Amino acid sequence: MAEAATEDSELLTSIVRVARSIFGAAASSVFLFDAEADELVFEAVSGEGEGFLVGTRFPADRGIAGWVITTGQAMSATELTTSQVFARDLAESTGYVPDSIMAAPIVHRMAPIGVLQVLDPHPQSRYSVADLDLLAMFANQAALSLHILLRNRAARAGLRREGAEYDTLAKIAALLADMDDEQRGRGVALIESLHGMLAGMAR
Amino acid sequence: MTGLTWRLLDPDESAIEVDLGEPSLITPEWAWGGATGDGVDVCVVDGGIEPGHPLVGPVASSHAVVKRDGKHEVEEVEAADSFGHGTACAGIVRQIAPACRIHSVRVLGERGGGTGRALLAGLEWAIRQRFKVINMSLSTARPEFNQALRELVDEAYFAGSVIVASAHNSQIESFPWRFSSVISVGSHTSADPDRILYNPNPPVEFFARGQAVPVAGLRGSVSRNSGNSFATPHVAGRCALIVGKHPGLTVFQLKTVLYLTAANVRGGRTDESHHGSDGERGGGLERLGRGGH
Repeated sequence: MAEAATEDSELLTSIVRVARSIFGAAASSVFLFDAEADELVFEAVSGEGEGFLVGTRFPADRGIAGWVITTGQAMSATELTTSQVFARDLAESTGYVPDSIMAAPIVHRMAPIGVLQVLDPHPQSRYSVADLDLLAMFANQAALSLHILLRNRAARAGLRREGAEYDTLAKIAALLADMDDEQRGRGVALIESLHGMLAGMAR
Repeated sequence: MTGLTWRLLDPDESAIEVDLGEPSLITPEWAWGGATGDGVDVCVVDGGIEPGHPLVGPVASSHAVVKRDGKHEVEEVEAADSFGHGTACAGIVRQIAPACRIHSVRVLGERGGGTGRALLAGLEWAIRQRFKVINMSLSTARPEFNQALRELVDEAYFAGSVIVASAHNSQIESFPWRFSSVISVGSHTSADPDRILYNPNPPVEFFARGQAVPVAGLRGSVSRNSGNSFATPHVAGRCALIVGKHPGLTVFQLKTVLYLTAANVRGGRTDESHHGSDGERGGGLERLGRGGH
């Protein structure tokens, strides 16, 4: 289970690293939207804030990322440090006040599930609608990965019911996934037999 | 989705040039020359407007959608904005139509806003107030609201309220900008705030400045923002100028005036001796407007 969580984290980290690299940015972050709490959570950070921001939460009804998750629309804002900033206090709480922010929603099946944000991109990107399009397209690609991650998390949470650990089930699933077709067929047959026996015990 | 145009990225506008074939009687000078938006009520349906920003000027009224006993209602609130987005849009409207009255109805933010239902409630309220121009730099992609939204925007159309709505920034089918009874707006990349282009390949019907737009931000700040959201209030402001000068125009006529005066719509050389002064042009449309719906 710990291994699967690490893989999730690697997936998110690769998303923000690539976004940062595409736009030559000082930092990039992925926020996941916690609809119940109406908050955005830093899930992965590359660049400024990388060491301490993950897990930090802030209200989803504030700032650029808040607007993006609320409306499902991408936007960019620049020349922020030349005057008072768009939710500057939020930026200050992260330890880094950017001059430029590009943000796009991560949407899966019409539901915004997060925000991909790029801070201080290359000067050429800061004013460009075309680059905002590119970020939105990259966020679309990231959406499927994030959806899989959320589904995995939900599955793992289910396996932890009432404190019992079902690590073995996750390990069996991972083993089956790595097998060739013939081995997997035999493995699945074995699992089905086991399922039949357990169902008999449960009756 | 092939063929749908959400924004104009190519600075070469020749691909969207429209030739009317003959000079148009409707000129920019006739349509909004000397107009300031005086007497026109413009409502910004967004996340609220922060008062006191020099680029926004006075905010005539501030309302918000609130959820009470499971129902969405609109009530008067103190002017405020938590995102900065509504303030940015209001500042652009003010820049284009300096004398208009700007109203705000908040449908986003403040915990609980931002749902399709809040948007519907806010828009319905704005339409029933008979605001002449409604700026909506927002949309919803949730199909369950389509029918209700369509009915609302049709109501506005026949009641004489023009809804100027942002196209989605990505190639996503969202609403209400997708409906023909609103004026839909995407971005072009020119820095000219007065440059409005007609798109001969709808559903997005007009393009306006949406890249690196200088906008009002929170606490008196100014930044440069990009996105269709910021193109839309340029067209809303233009609408305020036109209806301020020609108050009898229907939404249909107003959209026609926007089309005929768009920077890429050309009618050949206007012959002054045949058509008289600008003040006399557009007389036919003016008469239609006075006898209108």
